[in-house]
Amino acid sequence: MSRRKTERLLGLVVCLLSTRRSLTAAQIREAVPGYPDSFDAFKRMFERDKEELRELGIPLETDSAKAGDEEAGYRIQREAYELPEITLEPDEAAVLGLAARVWHRAELAGAAAGALLKLRAAGIDAEDTTQPGIEPRVQTGESSFGPLWEAVRDRRPVTFAYRAAGRSGTQQRRLEPWGVVNRHGRWYVAGHDTDRDAARVFRLSRIEGTVSFSGPAGSVVVPPGTDVRELVKDWDFSPPMQRTARLRVRTGAGYGLRRSAVEQRQDGEGWDELQVPFREIDWFADYLASFGPDVIALEPPDLREAVIGRLKGVPQ
Amino acid sequence: MPGSTAQTGTQRLQRLLALVPYVVSRNVVGLADTAAAFGVSERELVDDLNLLWCVELRSPDPYCPIDLSYEGGEIMVSEAESIGRPLRLAVDEASALLVALRMLAELSVPGGEAPGSEALSRTIAKLEAAAGEAAAVSAQVQVQVDKRYADGILGQVRAAVDRGRRIHLRYYVPGRDEATERDVDPMRLLVVEGRTYLEGWCRRAEAVRLFRLDRVLGFEVLDVAAEVPPGAEPVDVDQGLFRPSEQDVLVVLDLRPAAHWVAEYYPCESEERRGEVLRVTLRTPDTQWVRRLALRLGEDGQVIAPAELAARVGADAAAALAQYAA
Repeated sequence: MSRRKTERLLGLVVCLLSTRRSLTAAQIREAVPGYPDSFDAFKRMFERDKEELRELGIPLETDSAKAGDEEAGYRIQREAYELPEITLEPDEAAVLGLAARVWHRAELAGAAAGALLKLRAAGIDAEDTTQPGIEPRVQTGESSFGPLWEAVRDRRPVTFAYRAAGRSGTQQRRLEPWGVVNRHGRWYVAGHDTDRDAARVFRLSRIEGTVSFSGPAGSVVVPPGTDVRELVKDWDFSPPMQRTARLRVRTGAGYGLRRSAVEQRQDGEGWDELQVPFREIDWFADYLASFGPDVIALEPPDLREAVIGRLKGVPQ
Repeated sequence: MPGSTAQTGTQRLQRLLALVPYVVSRNVVGLADTAAAFGVSERELVDDLNLLWCVELRSPDPYCPIDLSYEGGEIMVSEAESIGRPLRLAVDEASALLVALRMLAELSVPGGEAPGSEALSRTIAKLEAAAGEAAAVSAQVQVQVDKRYADGILGQVRAAVDRGRRIHLRYYVPGRDEATERDVDPMRLLVVEGRTYLEGWCRRAEAVRLFRLDRVLGFEVLDVAAEVPPGAEPVDVDQGLFRPSEQDVLVVLDLRPAAHWVAEYYPCESEERRGEVLRVTLRTPDTQWVRRLALRLGEDGQVIAPAELAARVGADAAAALAQYAA
C-alpha cells in the first residue's frame, strides 16, 4: 500500500466517523483528497477502499433505502467503531500479556498481537516485561487449522479428504463445522457431517490436502446448547475400566503398571504379582508386550493370548 | 512482493488508528517508548505522526482533523477528531485472547501465586464485555490441557518455581521403564502440546531437563534455595521441545497400516510410502523407547535399522515367549 493510499484511507475513516448524516459517494469524493477525477475510476477505487476498511473490521454502513433518494449513503457509527471503555488492574494486565504469548508463532498469533495493540491504545499497559514462572504455548502445526477456524468463525460448510484411523486411503467428507478443540495437544473439529447426517469429530492431523469452503458464510447453524468440548471428549472417550488383569512383573520394572495397580505383592524371588484394571484388551495387550520379558500376563486368558500373539508377530 | 506491501499497508493503517488513542489515553508519551511499544523505529514513528498530521479533509472547507506535536521527543495530540478511541476488537483478535485466557484458567491454582485464577476470571469478564459480539465465537475454540497428573502437584510445583526452592523428584522414564531419583532446581512450568512440564536444572544430569508432570512419582520441596547456573539455557519452546541432534541414532521403521499412528505421535525426519507400508526415519538419543515401541507393534512394525536394535527386539520377544511357555 502506498503512502498516498494510506493517507486516503485514513482520511476516509476520519471523514465517515465525523459525519452525523450519511454521505453520498459524490460528497465523499469532494471531502477526501486523493481520489481520481474520472467518476468511473473514482467509483472503482472507492469500492476497493470500502472493501479494505471492512476487512480491517471497520463497520462501514451503507444505507440505500432512503425515500426519494436513489444514491446510497455511507457512514461509520462511532458506537459501532469504538472499543468500549476497558480498564485493567496490574494483575489483570499481566495475565493478558501472558495470554497474548500463548499463540506465539501459531495461527492466531497475529490476531493476539492486534488485540494487544488495540488494548494498549485504550490505555492498558500490558507489557510482558515480567519473567513469569509459567510459559504456556499452543501450536497449530496442522495446515487445516487456518481454514477450519475461518469456517467456524464465518459459519461456512467445508469439504476435505480424511484418512480415518487404521486406513491407508482417504475419503472426501462434508462438514458443517461447529467448533475446533485442542484436547491434550491435538486439534479436532466437531460438526454436522452432511453425508452421515450426524455429529462427527475429525482429527486435524488426519486431514490431507486442502480444506475447501463448500457454501456461503452464515449458512451453518450451530444447534443451541452445543458443547464442542464435550463432543470431542465423548469421541475420545475410553470405556470405564471393567476388567482386572493378574500380572507377574519383575522387581524394579513396570512402573507404569505399578502406578495403576490395585493390589501388589511379592511373588517369589525377583518378581511381584500385580492386579491391574484395564479398559481395552487390544491396547492393553500391546502395552504389556512393550515390557518384553519383564511382564507376564497370567489372567484373563484372552489377554494372555493377545500378548503372546503380539510377541509372536515380532519379526525375528 | 505485492502481497507483503499490501500487508504492511494494512498494518500501517491499523497502527495509525491505534497510535492516536495510544497517545490520547496517556496524555504525553515519549517517542522512544512509543516506537518500542509499536515495534517500529523512531524514524518510522515520526513518519507515521507526520502522515497523521497531514490528513486533510476538504468539505465544506479544508481543515486538518488531527493536530499533534512531537517536539523534544514528547508526543502530544491536541486534536484527535473522531479517532480518539481504538477500533473494536475483531472476532479473530477477541478469540485469540479469550481462548488463551481460558486455557490459562484451566492451569491456574486457586490461592496460588500469579497468575491467579481470580485475576484471570476478572480479565476474561472485562474482555468479554469490551469485545461484545466478537467474543461469541471464541467459545467455539477450546484448548484443553492434559491434567492427568496427581492432584495438587501443579500447585506445589508452581509454588516451588515461584519461591525458587530446590525440589527432589522421583520421576518415571517410560522409555526405560525406570524410576529415577534426582534433585532439580526449577526454572519454569511449560505447557506445550497440551502437556505440562517442569523445566529445571537437573543436578544429576547437570543439564536443563524437562519433566512431564504426569510422570512424577514423588515430589518433595527441599529447604534449599534453587541454584540455576547462569549459563543454563531455557528450552526454546517454539522450536519444539525435542530437537534431534547430529549425534542421535538414526532409526528406520517399517509400519503397516495399523501402526501408521506412530508417524503422528513421534517426530519423524522422513516418511516414505511403499504400498501399504510406511517407512519412517527418526533420530533419537536413546533407542530404549524404540525397543519398547517395536515390541508393542508386533507384526505391524519392524525395525529396519540399526540392525543391533532389530536383533535386540527379536531377542526380547523370544525371551518373553519362553517365559509364557515355561
